[in-house]
Amino acid sequence: MRDVLARPRPSGSPVAAGLPEPFASWFTRRGWRPRRHQLAMLGLAREARDALLVAPTGGGKTLAGFLPSLVELAERGGGGGIHTLYVSPLKALSADVARNLEAPIRDTGLPVTIAVRTGDTSPTARARQRRRPPDILLTTPESLALLLSYPDAAERFADLRAVVLDEVHALAESKRGVLLALGLARLRSLAPGARFLGLSATVAEPGALRRWLSPEPERVALVEGEPGPKPEVEVLIPDERLPWAGHYASHAAAAILDLVRRHRSSIVFVNTRAQAEVLFGLLWRLNECNLPIALHHGSLEVEQRRKVEAAMASGRLRAVVATSSLDLGIDWGDVDLVVQVGAPKGAARLLQRIGRANHRLEEPSKAVLVPANRFEVLECLAASEAVEEGALDGGAIASGGLDVLAQHLVGVACSGPFDADRLFAEVRSAAPYATLSRADFDAVLDFVATGGYALGRYERFRRLARGADGLWRLADPRLSRQYRMNVGTIVEAPVMKVRLGPRGRRLGEVEEYFVSTLAPGDSFLFAGRLLEFVGILEDEVIVRKSRGGEPKVPAYAGGKLPLTNALADRVKAMLSDRRRWPTLPAPVREWLDAQARRSSTGEPEELLVETFPRGGRQFLVAYPMAGRNAHQTLGMLLTRRMERLGLAPLGFVASDYCLAVWGRKPVERPETLFTVDLLADDLEEWMAESSLLKRTFRNCAVVAGLVERRHPGQQKTGRQLTMSADLIYDVLRKYEPDHVLLRAARAEAAQGMTDIRRLSDLLNAVEGRIRHVRLPRISPFAVAIVAGIGKELVGGEALDQELEAAVAELVAEAMA
Amino acid sequence: MRPEPLRLLGRELLLDPVGAMVWPERAMLVVADLHLGKAEALARRGHFAPPYELAATLARLEALVARHRPRLVVSLGDGFHDCRAARGLEGEGFDRLAALVRRQDWLWITGNHDPAVPLALGGAVLDRLVLDGLTFVHQPSGAAGEIAGHLHPVARIATRAGRVLRRRCFASDGVRLLLPAAGALTGGLNVLDPAIAGLFPDGFTAFLSGADRLFPVPASRLLPELDPRRHRLPLERSSAPGEPYQDPQR
Repeated sequence: MRDVLARPRPSGSPVAAGLPEPFASWFTRRGWRPRRHQLAMLGLAREARDALLVAPTGGGKTLAGFLPSLVELAERGGGGGIHTLYVSPLKALSADVARNLEAPIRDTGLPVTIAVRTGDTSPTARARQRRRPPDILLTTPESLALLLSYPDAAERFADLRAVVLDEVHALAESKRGVLLALGLARLRSLAPGARFLGLSATVAEPGALRRWLSPEPERVALVEGEPGPKPEVEVLIPDERLPWAGHYASHAAAAILDLVRRHRSSIVFVNTRAQAEVLFGLLWRLNECNLPIALHHGSLEVEQRRKVEAAMASGRLRAVVATSSLDLGIDWGDVDLVVQVGAPKGAARLLQRIGRANHRLEEPSKAVLVPANRFEVLECLAASEAVEEGALDGGAIASGGLDVLAQHLVGVACSGPFDADRLFAEVRSAAPYATLSRADFDAVLDFVATGGYALGRYERFRRLARGADGLWRLADPRLSRQYRMNVGTIVEAPVMKVRLGPRGRRLGEVEEYFVSTLAPGDSFLFAGRLLEFVGILEDEVIVRKSRGGEPKVPAYAGGKLPLTNALADRVKAMLSDRRRWPTLPAPVREWLDAQARRSSTGEPEELLVETFPRGGRQFLVAYPMAGRNAHQTLGMLLTRRMERLGLAPLGFVASDYCLAVWGRKPVERPETLFTVDLLADDLEEWMAESSLLKRTFRNCAVVAGLVERRHPGQQKTGRQLTMSADLIYDVLRKYEPDHVLLRAARAEAAQGMTDIRRLSDLLNAVEGRIRHVRLPRISPFAVAIVAGIGKELVGGEALDQELEAAVAELVAEAMA
Repeated sequence: MRPEPLRLLGRELLLDPVGAMVWPERAMLVVADLHLGKAEALARRGHFAPPYELAATLARLEALVARHRPRLVVSLGDGFHDCRAARGLEGEGFDRLAALVRRQDWLWITGNHDPAVPLALGGAVLDRLVLDGLTFVHQPSGAAGEIAGHLHPVARIATRAGRVLRRRCFASDGVRLLLPAAGALTGGLNVLDPAIAGLFPDGFTAFLSGADRLFPVPASRLLPELDPRRHRLPLERSSAPGEPYQDPQR
C-alpha cells in the first residue's frame, strides 16, 4: 500500500477533530487521527489556496492531497464533471493511487467515481470517460496534453476544482515537466477556480517549486509534514581491498547478499541498467540458499516488471536489484533495507531512494551505501552527512524549450481558435517560460504555421492561419492527427525487442546500437540471463540461453546523472580538510596520504592538475569535480585547444570527479589551457560540429513536430515522405543558423548534456588558481580515471577521424 | 577534396566525395538522384522541410562542375523530385540550373520520379546512355558495366569510440557501380539491403563519404540497418526475407 492512508499513532487518542463526516467516523473506526498537514490542506482548500506539501514518505501525503477533494465531493455529490485531476510522472503510480483511493471511497460510501487515463488506457475506456467524466481523473503529463488538445477541453475541465501534482520535484526538473507546466497554464485559464497542489517528499528549493505551481508563488502555501525519524545510513567499507577504479562494486557482492539475508526485504539500487545486470548475476552466483532475488529495470518487458512488482508487494521477494525504475512513488510492501550500490550522485536523490524503505513513519528508514571505488567512498560519506543534516540538493527547474512550445501551440490550435496575445500571456504564466520574449513566441508561432524560415516560401501551404476575427486557427486539419501521434517530449533511442527463441517469450528491449555490435554466437547479459545472440528475425533480436563465454553487457545512452554541485563541494572539503582524514576508513586514509605525499590533494579554491608520462604517452589529469557532463565538454574544448597549440592530444576520458587527456607531447603550462576564453574560443564551433548537437536537434525536431516520431510497426508511407533530421540539420546550419529549432537544440545542449553553465562557473572560479604538479609517474588519484580508458567512450568528436580510426582498425585486423 | 580512383571493367574512373562520378578520359561528370524540389514537395504535404534544398543541391553541383570542368554532365535520373517540382521550378532556381545546364553538354537520363524534364532548361533527354561498354541508366539491373542510381545507397559503420556512423556511399565490385543520391535532402537505403547487395553477387566495396575524402570499406565490415521500419534485416543471412525462420539448433 502506498502512503495514501494515514497510519495510527502509537500514542494519542483516535480523535478525528477537524474532520467533517463521514471522514471523521472513518478515521475513528480505523483508530486514526488526522495529521496536522492533512488538516492544513483541508483548511487551505476552503480558502481555495494553492499549496506545496512537503512530507516524508509514509506521512499520509497522498491522502492529504485528496482529502479536500473527497470532502468537497461528499458535499457536492458525484457526477458533476471532473472535480480533481491528478498527474504523476509514472503510469504505474497513477494506477496505484487509483487503487488506493478506492478504500476510503468504498468505506465512506461516497458516490465518487475514479478513472485512470494514460497511454495504456483502452479506446473503449477513453470513450466511456468522455461520455461520463469521472469525478477524479488520474493521468500523466502526456495524456493531459492530449486531453487538452480536444475541442471539448474547455467544457471537460470547466468544473475542475483541484489539480494534484505528485512527485512534483521530479516533474519540474524534466522536459516532460515543461510540457506539463504549459498544460497547467492552460488549465488555469479554463478553470480559474481550480487550486493547484504539489506533493513531494524531497524538495531542495521550495521557492522555485512554488513558482512552478503558480504565477503567484506568494499565494502558494508551503505545508510541511511532521518530519519522520532521521534515516540510519551506513557506508559499507569492505575488510578486504577496496577497488581503485570501476563502478560495479563486484567486490561487495557477498557482503550485499549477507545484508539481504539479514533483512526481511531489500531494494538494492544501482545507477545504470548495465550495473543492475552485472550485480544481479554476481548475487545469483553466490546465492547458495536460493534467496528469492529479482531484477527490475526500464528495459525489461512490462509483464516481467509487473510480476516482480507484485511479488515484491506481496512479500514473496527478499530483494530486488533495481535502477531508478523503482525510485518514485509506489510502495513495495515491507522493505526494511535500501542498499545503494555506487555513487549516490546527490543527497536528494539518495533520500528519495532511502524513502523506499520502511513506510512506517515512526521507525527510521535504514540504508547501506556501497561505494565501488575510493572516490565513491568520499561521495557516499558526503551524501550520508548531507542526509543527516537534511541539506538537500536538487536539480533546477527545467527551462522552457522552443521545441516544447511549438508542440504546445499546435495542441492549443487543435482545441480551437486562439488569440495570440492572450496565449502569449498564458504561456508566460508557466514558470519555464516566465522570461520568454514576444519575438521568440512569434517565431515559434511562425514555425508552426509555415516552418519559420526567413525565406517565407511556404505561405501557400500554411497550417495555421489568422482569421478576420484576429484568431489563429488550424488551416490544415492534418496537423491535428500529426499532433496526437507525436505528443510528448520523450524521444527514445531506437530499441529492438529481445525474444528467447523465435516463438519464445519476450524478455525486453536493448538499444539498436548494442545489437549492431553483436555477431551471431556472441553472448550477452540481459534480463538476468546469459544469452546468446542467434540473429534477427523481422524486427526482433532472437536469442537463446548461452552455454558460456565472456559476455557483453548492453549499455544504454543517457540516464547518467552527474554528481551535484553541493555533493561535490562536500567531497572537496573532505579532501582539503586534513583534520578529518583520521576519521575516514583505513584504505581511504592511506590512499589520501599517498596522494598527499606523491602529489597533492588540492585546496578548495584551486584546481589540481597533474601531468605525468605513462606508456609512451603524456597524461594530464585535472580534478574539477564538476560532474561528468561538464568534464566531457571541457575535454572536447581542451583537446581542440591543445591541437591548435601543437600538443598533439590523442584522446580524453571524463568522470564525475576528473578528466584525463593524453597525447604525444607534455603540457608544460596547464594554466594557459584552463582559461575562461576556452568557452568563447571553440564552443560555438565545436557545438555546431558535434554529434551531440545533431542528436539534440533530432530530438527537438521530433518534439516540435518537424520530423515525425516513428511508431513501432508503422509502415512508412513511401520514400518521398521521409525526412532525415540529420540532413535537415546540415542544410539549416548552412543556410539559416538562427532557425528556431537550431536555437532550441543549442539551448537544450547547453543546459543538459554539455552543462556549460557549470563549466563556465568552474573556469571563472579557478582562473589563476591552477595547482600544477609534475609527476614522474601516475598518482594514486589518477588511477581511477586512467584505468577507465578504453572502457569509456574515447576520443573527440571529429567524425572523419573516427571513421579513419575505425577503418584503420579494420585494415589492421584484416591484414593480421 | 580527394577523389578516389576506381577501375571499372578496365576503365579508370574517379569517385568524388561529394557524390559524383568522373570519367576523366571522356571529361564526363555523372550525378544521380538530385531530387530537386523535394523540400517543396514535402511542404505541399504539410512537412516544412528547409526551403534551401534547391540552393544547397545547386551549390553542390556548381562546385562539382567548377572542380572537374567536364564536357558532359549526366544526371542519372530523378533529377527532379516529381513532375510538379519539375514544372514548378522558377525564378532564381530556374536561372541557376539553366546556366549550369548550358555551360557544357548536359544529358538528363529519365528516372521513375521525373519522366518529363522541362524542355526550357536545355540538355538532351535519354532513357539510357551506352558508351564504350559502360551503360548509364537510372535503375540498376545488375548487368556488367552498369552505372546507376535510384537506390540512394548509404552505409553504416561502427567506430572505435562506440558510435555508429551512417553515410552516403558509392557501391562497386569493379564490374558495376551504384551512385549515392546527390540531393541535399535525399535519404538512403542501407547497402546491405537485398535490393542493393543482390546486385553484387560476389560482394562489393562501399565508399563512404567523409568531409573531403571517401573511405573504402568492404561490405562484410558494414553494419546492417537495424531500423525495421526502414527495411527488412539481412543479418540472419541463412534465412532470406520471406522464408520461414529456422533455428539452426533444431
